[in-house]
Amino acid sequence: MKHAGRLLLDARALDRTLRRLALQILEGDPLADLALVGVRTRGVPLAHRLAALLAQEGLTVPVGELDIALYRDDTRSGRALPEVRPTRLPFSVDGQAIVLVDDVLFTGRTTRAALDALMAWGRPRVVRLAVLVDRGHRELPLHADHVGLAVETTRAQTVAVRLAEADGIDGVWLEGA
Amino acid sequence: MARRHLLGLQGLSAAELEHLLDLAESFEDISLRAVKKVPALVGRTVCLLFLEASTRTRISFELAAKRLSADTLSISGSASSVEKGETLLDTARTLAAYRPDVIVLRHKSSGAAHLLARHVDAAIVNAGDGAHEHPTQGLLDLLTIRRHRRRIAGLKVAVIGDIAHSRVARSSIAGLARLGADVVVCGPPTMLPVGIEALGCRTTTRREAAVEGADVVMMLRIQKERAGEELFPSDREYAAIYGLDPAVLKRAKADCLVMHPGPVNRGVELHPDVADGPRSVILDQVSTGLAVRMAALYHCAGGEHGQ
Repeated sequence: MKHAGRLLLDARALDRTLRRLALQILEGDPLADLALVGVRTRGVPLAHRLAALLAQEGLTVPVGELDIALYRDDTRSGRALPEVRPTRLPFSVDGQAIVLVDDVLFTGRTTRAALDALMAWGRPRVVRLAVLVDRGHRELPLHADHVGLAVETTRAQTVAVRLAEADGIDGVWLEGA
Repeated sequence: MARRHLLGLQGLSAAELEHLLDLAESFEDISLRAVKKVPALVGRTVCLLFLEASTRTRISFELAAKRLSADTLSISGSASSVEKGETLLDTARTLAAYRPDVIVLRHKSSGAAHLLARHVDAAIVNAGDGAHEHPTQGLLDLLTIRRHRRRIAGLKVAVIGDIAHSRVARSSIAGLARLGADVVVCGPPTMLPVGIEALGCRTTTRREAAVEGADVVMMLRIQKERAGEELFPSDREYAAIYGLDPAVLKRAKADCLVMHPGPVNRGVELHPDVADGPRSVILDQVSTGLAVRMAALYHCAGGEHGQ
């Protein structure tokens, strides 16, 4: 499949990057009660892949799926509301160490919404953030603990993460000028 | 911005019905969280205008609005200037001055919600208009069935009781038929309205024929407040000929679901052993109703999707 834009990670590089992220998570916090929570949409397959890589290292972790549509800050009166999908957290959030997983960290607003959504389910012991791509331009005081690839972008550009589970192809592209 | 209303299930496409059911399913987990509230409708106003007696539907809508963080204004018939002779449109226009995003209307006259939708600048959710439609009750019936059976197409559904006076029946029958169920409507001839087949169902006056091989039996409430109309001779005779008891239920499929919109007249349309039996999903319907009403408010408060 052809894709417009500059290739940042091909399938093999993406796999290598995820392996590195998995190792960073392993070496990070104390690992008791660790769970991964993918932020819908593409954070979910990434979280499942990271869990599979952690399992190869002998660590079994539960994976949750978080929908943040109801917590977004761009849905004020007079604007269309986003589509809502179910949240699935097959474990109690209270006292857990949770690694939020998302594909791209940009303004930080998605992460803010994800933290609020997560806190509605309980009080985790610690929350860390793992992202495949950090593209800069934060609008909130947030940072990622584990970053697969940091890339310089302009605001107008788009970082397109494509995953086999959702898109039929693995890779990361930078689109626009 | 164009307003999105939910006035009835008649006229909705299968895709629109499925969208609303999917949306409702997404809201079910909110009631399972430590914090049973989401900020989705912060800053929006939902007006609950209930001009006919209702407790169950009103509290369900009120809780749904609160769980979505909307502000609510609640007006009931006996406490309003409707008592003083104000017309529905004047009441609604007065309310519209507070710029509500959604008005939820319960009214004794069929078509009342459609009238508001034409004349008032707010999204209208029909919470029951006369003997016409009660779309959120219809949706919760559909969702309850879909959850237990995974699909609706191809199921045989018997709807038994006072079809003529039931807005629930009209919404449910229309939705079920649109999604491909084989719907058989049953009741005494005095309670079967002429032309009900236009909703896409078959009719019979024999309870046994309706229940035979059914996947779902939906019993409707005998509205005792309408007893003066003398639609049937006595409760006991009705129970004997049209009630659902364990013996009749044996004719349905072994895993048949029994539904009822509540409140149940025990011993009239529904035998207590059936109402409380293993096939009954009546209490499921109540919790499903909350998620459906959250979905309805969210769907309508958002207006037309711009993207």
